[in-house]
Amino acid sequence: LKAMKMKELESCLQQVDTFEEPKILLEQYPTSAHIAACMLYTIQSTFDDIEGKLVADLGCGCGVLSIGAAMLDAGLCVGFDIDDDALDIFRRNAEEFEISNVDLIQCDMCRLEPEAYAEKFDTVIMNPPFGTKHNQGMDMKFLRAALTMAKTAVYSLHKTSTREHIQKKANDWGVKMEVIAELRYDLPASYKFHKKKSVRLHQTVHVLQLNVTQDRFPPFFGK
Amino acid sequence: MKLLTHNMLTSHVKGVTKGYPLLIKATEVKVNEVEFNPQFVSRMIPKLEWGALVQAAEELGHRQDLPGELVQDYEKNEDFLKKVHRVLLEVEVIEGCLQCPESGREFPISKGIPNMLLNEDEV
Repeated sequence: LKAMKMKELESCLQQVDTFEEPKILLEQYPTSAHIAACMLYTIQSTFDDIEGKLVADLGCGCGVLSIGAAMLDAGLCVGFDIDDDALDIFRRNAEEFEISNVDLIQCDMCRLEPEAYAEKFDTVIMNPPFGTKHNQGMDMKFLRAALTMAKTAVYSLHKTSTREHIQKKANDWGVKMEVIAELRYDLPASYKFHKKKSVRLHQTVHVLQLNVTQDRFPPFFGK
Repeated sequence: MKLLTHNMLTSHVKGVTKGYPLLIKATEVKVNEVEFNPQFVSRMIPKLEWGALVQAAEELGHRQDLPGELVQDYEKNEDFLKKVHRVLLEVEVIEGCLQCPESGREFPISKGIPNMLLNEDEV
C-alpha cells in the first residue's frame, strides 16, 4: 500500500481539468478536489472499498472521482457518462496523470436495463446530478442503477436537503443507508444564469453509504 | 476499452434477448502497462465469462496460450495470473466497433471509449 495521505490526494486532484463548457441540462457541476479527496479517503481508510476493488463511477464527468480512486489503487475504475465532451476531458486527464487502471463507457444511466452490470462491481462511487432543478428524480435513477451494479456498497454525494427523501427510498428498497461525511460545498458561478461572478452558493452535501450486502435484491429490482 | 470492461458489456437493443458477448471488430489495439495485482486478478476470475474473454483475446490476436477452460488452483499460479492480467487490463481496443451477436447493431469505439447509447427507436 502506497498509503497516500488525504492532503496529497487533494493536491493531485486539483490538477484534474474540468468542464470547458458545462451543460446545464446534464447538471455538470464539477466535484471539487477537496470533496473528492475527503470522500475517497474515507471510503478507503474506513471501509476498505477502493484498493484492489472493481469500482464504477456513474456520471463520471471529467473523472475526478475515478482518477482519485485509481490513485488509491483501485484494481480498475470504470467511468460511465452520457456526454462525449466530458469523456474526452476525462480521457486526457487520465493520459496526463499516466493512469492506466481506468476505463470508460459512454451510456445513459437513466436508461440502464436492470440486469445490465448486475452485481458486477464491488463498489460504486458517484456524484450524481442533484436532481433538483431541471431534471427532477435523476438522482434517484442514478441511485437505483448504482444499487443494481454494486456487490458491496454505493457511495454517493447528495444535497443535505434531500436526505430524508433518500432515506425513505432506501427503506423501500431494503438497503441500509448511512451518512458517512458531511461537507460544505461552494457551488462555483460556472453557469451564465449565476450572474454575479462573486456569488458562491453555499450548501452542505453528504456522502451516503448504501450498504447492499444485507437484504440483497428485494423484488423491486426484479432479479 | 479493456477486455475486463468488454466482459461486462451487453447489447440491450429492443427485442434482443441475448446480446452477449459482443463481437469485437478492432482497427487499432494497444497494450498499456498496468501494475500487476495478483489478488485482484484472482478475485475477478470467478466473476468472468471465461469463454467470452478467451474469444475476445482471440479476436484481437492476443490470446497467446490462454486455455479454453479455466485451470484449477489458479490462485497460486502466478504465471497464469500474469497472462490473465495482461488480457484483462493491458490489451486495449482504441478504434473499431462492438457488434451485437443477435441484432447485428454496431456500437462504435472511438479513442478507446465504446459508445453504448441507443437511439429512441431502439429502446
